[in-house]
Amino acid sequence: MGQTITQKILAAHCGREYVEPGELINARVDLVLGNDITAPIAIKEFEKIGAEDVFDRHKIALVPDHSTPNKDIKSAELAKEVRLFARKHNIVNYFEVGRMGIEHALIPDQGLVVPGDLVIGADSHTCTYGAVGAFSTGVGSTDMAAAMALGEVWLKVPEAIKFVYYGRRGKWVGGKDLILYTIGRIGVDGALYSTMEFTGETIKSLPMHGRFTMCNMAIEAGGKNGIIAPDDITMDYMRARAKRTCRIYESDPDAVYKDVIEIDCSRIEPQVSLPNLPENAKTVSEIGDVRIDQAVIGSCTNGRIEDLREAAEVLRSRKVHPDVRLIVIPATQEIYLQAVKEGLAQIFVEAGGVFSTPTCGPCLGGHMGCLAAGERAIATTNRNFTGRMGHPTSEVYLSNPAVAAASAVMGRIASPEEVV
Amino acid sequence: MITGRAHKFGDNVNTDEIIPARYLNSTNPAELGMHCMEDIDKDFVNRAEPGDLIVAGSNFGCGSSREHAPIAIKAAGVSCVIAKTFARIFYRNAINIGLPILECPEAVDGISDGDKVEVDLNSGTIRNATTGAEFKAKPFPSFMRDIIESGGLINYARQRVIASRG
Repeated sequence: MGQTITQKILAAHCGREYVEPGELINARVDLVLGNDITAPIAIKEFEKIGAEDVFDRHKIALVPDHSTPNKDIKSAELAKEVRLFARKHNIVNYFEVGRMGIEHALIPDQGLVVPGDLVIGADSHTCTYGAVGAFSTGVGSTDMAAAMALGEVWLKVPEAIKFVYYGRRGKWVGGKDLILYTIGRIGVDGALYSTMEFTGETIKSLPMHGRFTMCNMAIEAGGKNGIIAPDDITMDYMRARAKRTCRIYESDPDAVYKDVIEIDCSRIEPQVSLPNLPENAKTVSEIGDVRIDQAVIGSCTNGRIEDLREAAEVLRSRKVHPDVRLIVIPATQEIYLQAVKEGLAQIFVEAGGVFSTPTCGPCLGGHMGCLAAGERAIATTNRNFTGRMGHPTSEVYLSNPAVAAASAVMGRIASPEEVV
Repeated sequence: MITGRAHKFGDNVNTDEIIPARYLNSTNPAELGMHCMEDIDKDFVNRAEPGDLIVAGSNFGCGSSREHAPIAIKAAGVSCVIAKTFARIFYRNAINIGLPILECPEAVDGISDGDKVEVDLNSGTIRNATTGAEFKAKPFPSFMRDIIESGGLINYARQRVIASRG
């Protein structure tokens, strides 16, 4: 019987030709990932296992990105635990402040994940790497601990939903709009436990940054992984980066899907997800007069250089509305430097915005832009749950970078077409 | 046998509501437990008695991978979570750290806030002692029962490490 790309990758990692959806397997991992919030618990649990060392010091990545540069003494202590563990076990891929970035932008950019890999990470947005044709999924700290000791993880082989995107995208419509629209259509548990396989002519022409954004938010529909079969766009991205051999898999023509959903992208306008669930997606023109206090452009979802270029196109020679705080956060140091070289940093600062060092900070209401009671933000991040960016009565609206930039200029949620 | 009162919640209870990120600068279970469910039900930790249960709708625990969420629930004294469905990372985390969870839509519909509930984890039987109604949860696959019976994933991994040393 035919298999999906996800089944094939899982089979290859447990020494099998075929795995059946629903069966439980122990699979070998190519990379285990953790950050400054999840790794400290994993380290504590790892010590309890009694393993002499980690299974492979080259296959663990530790990225302090959530509360860094450290926001308080307690988070500094947690980051220190991660640093000391990395030193003790000679972890090759430990990324210190100043060399780090938001993990899900940094790891693929560093070529640490390649097509055909099996990656687990103690962070729910680990599903991002499906964009390069890898199986990657978020797990908890205890799973991370066991995988650091054994090099394996238990997984249930997921059923898959195939999404077929067709039609030409509009100028301001990107990966973020496609995924918000999709989540709006199927709901926040519409892909629970399942693979979201993104296919179709629109995906074939979607650049890498848009593919990362789509796979990144598979978890917001409850998905186990998002995945896109590697093609020329993938290999162009990987060529200068891949640290290991790429293994290209694709779904068989007779692979079995529990559902096939077709989406006409020519009819999708820029999307905005209203509080307090990502599934509350509407087109930006339907939103009405929604005033904002803050706009955040960045995160593992939309902090790549192309995202910043899109925002800069809207903000060039314009000013942020007097009532709005604009916070722009490039996802990695490399992206930061590139944004400086291209003059994007200057555009953001001259517009009256903040241009920050890489951090997850505001996305999870950690630091660098928490909201006060009753405040409202538009953000290119991935979640708009109750209190996600700060006070429980604050609100987050999700959008693409151009919509967030246009809203920062107008002081209310706005389409880029109103500004440019 | 687990016995306690039910605290009912709706669909899509997410990890930001179970334990807000502002408390993730700690890994101390007692400290996390003090803030359990704070942004969705400020008074929860004061009302919940040791042994009480959380009974919730679909997609419980959606959102972040933070294991702090099931840790906070356990530390708040909650003995078991019954939901229509669980988000997958929360499900794994609960199994891995030994927080009893059961998927049973019928029980969720048949239990009201404040009802007295009895749960037999071995058989998956849920009894609403207030109304007398009885429900049967979906059994765990045997592989997961192995992890649960080992006392969580860490004990399971420790046994594997010891076995590999011969």
